[in-house]
Amino acid sequence: MLNEMIFAGFGGQGVLSMGKLLAYAAMKEGREVSWMPSYGPEMRGGTANCMVNVSDKPISSPIVTMYDVVIALNQPSLDKFEPKVKKGGILIWESSTIKDGPKRDDIRVFAIPAVDKANKELKNVQVMNMLILGALVKINDIVKRDSLLVALKETLPERHHKLIPLNEKAIALGMSLV
Amino acid sequence: MGEIRFMKGNEALAEAAIRAGMQGYFGYPITPQSEVIEYLAAEEPNHDYTLIQAESEVASINMVYGGAAAGARVMTTTSSPGYSLMQEGVSYIACAELPCVVANVARGGPGLGTIQAGQGDYFQAVKGGGHGDYRQIVLAPNSVQEMVDLTILAFDLADKYRTPVLILSDGAIGQMMEKVELPEPIPYKPDKPWATTGKTHDRERNIITSLYIQSDDMEKKNIHLQRKFKKIEENEVRYEEYMIEDAELIITAYGVTSRTSKKIVDLARESGIKMGLHRPITLWPFPADRISELANKNKVKAFFSIEMSAGQMVEDVKLSVNGVKPTFFYGRTGGIIPTPEEVIDFIQKKAGEL
Repeated sequence: MLNEMIFAGFGGQGVLSMGKLLAYAAMKEGREVSWMPSYGPEMRGGTANCMVNVSDKPISSPIVTMYDVVIALNQPSLDKFEPKVKKGGILIWESSTIKDGPKRDDIRVFAIPAVDKANKELKNVQVMNMLILGALVKINDIVKRDSLLVALKETLPERHHKLIPLNEKAIALGMSLV
Repeated sequence: MGEIRFMKGNEALAEAAIRAGMQGYFGYPITPQSEVIEYLAAEEPNHDYTLIQAESEVASINMVYGGAAAGARVMTTTSSPGYSLMQEGVSYIACAELPCVVANVARGGPGLGTIQAGQGDYFQAVKGGGHGDYRQIVLAPNSVQEMVDLTILAFDLADKYRTPVLILSDGAIGQMMEKVELPEPIPYKPDKPWATTGKTHDRERNIITSLYIQSDDMEKKNIHLQRKFKKIEENEVRYEEYMIEDAELIITAYGVTSRTSKKIVDLARESGIKMGLHRPITLWPFPADRISELANKNKVKAFFSIEMSAGQMVEDVKLSVNGVKPTFFYGRTGGIIPTPEEVIDFIQKKAGEL
């Protein structure tokens, strides 16, 4: 089973790291993975994205043009990638900051007010990406929640390990929203 | 089974160089390959190699020249504009017959160009780049795993033939992350009696030079070099093929476009088109004999060279096919990777006209 995904948003929202975490978790489960970042002249506030493939078989192309899963964390990303969701595919969008929601009715759409929830319930907007990731694994089952936790421990530098409980909470909160 | 890691192509290349016993690295940062020097600088305290961030690519390649002359396993890495600056040095090193590894994680050109991946440096890589009659081995990885495997191979081939070996990668392979299996560090024992390690009383001076001012000497050197290049052509051709056995339409591609081309083959097969992929791993020596063999198969109808250039490798494909079958080209420039959809459209249109 091949999952072709893109995580897109503003630089600084953590789109690259959430994609990396998911790919790492899938690799830990023995799957084939690829992670391809956009690396243009981006900066905090500019747009950024990464394409992530997870498959049971070796991955041919790391470059994808139509997606099984699109994660859109800002308006430009939603506008750009909504048409690129495969029929029946999944679109998750950040609904507390994006004004114009998606319009298609031939895909599965999930509105997650991740920024609001992270602010109000976790007092930390930075883990908004983990909340979205929690929602994604609940919807799609690409990897087990436990694999994400393993990935967090193994990819975060030691000095940031105090943040793991907060990230775990964010993943759980995200899962509870769908 | 070796250690499994999730790495960027550039990091994998750097780690492979360490495991291959690299003793000296000289480089200057440039996107999209800067992770190489970043990684090697971070790892330097844990290993024995020397790392210098040079003041320019001209300096880097000349430090490589010096290190190689002294018998050390040395490497530099850069991206397209930086590689252009190195050409004088590469030509000198080729003439002086010194082993070294150079990696070009190519971006889109010409000029300062774009930092996105490109394949417009093919001519420069395989047809010379610098002045004079020299050749260099050119390896083209298409995965993070091959950034490891071909880097190790590059060091070995450089030593074996006393010649510069170029790893021609691209920004996409350098920047992407994949699962990679790392080999155990390889114990490296240099056997280089020609190196300038200090004259001892029991032998003549070792002289490393690329200056042969007498015509006779220069020609002798050239004849010797050409003999060496011929040996490389006979022994070091490498390629990979996919679904080639019954293929009627054959794609030729290297680097990241060979990855998208694999998907193109899969998509074509799903709709009943007998397509296959030939991927040169060594761009020089080029798998000319194999492509010629494929061209002479009755069932093969046409070749399609898919590149991120305005048409470069296609010239070598055409030379190999030698007019036996039609050879088409499809490419994008500016750092844009041709999508499977646009390539299939192109191939179907051309195949329909056959």
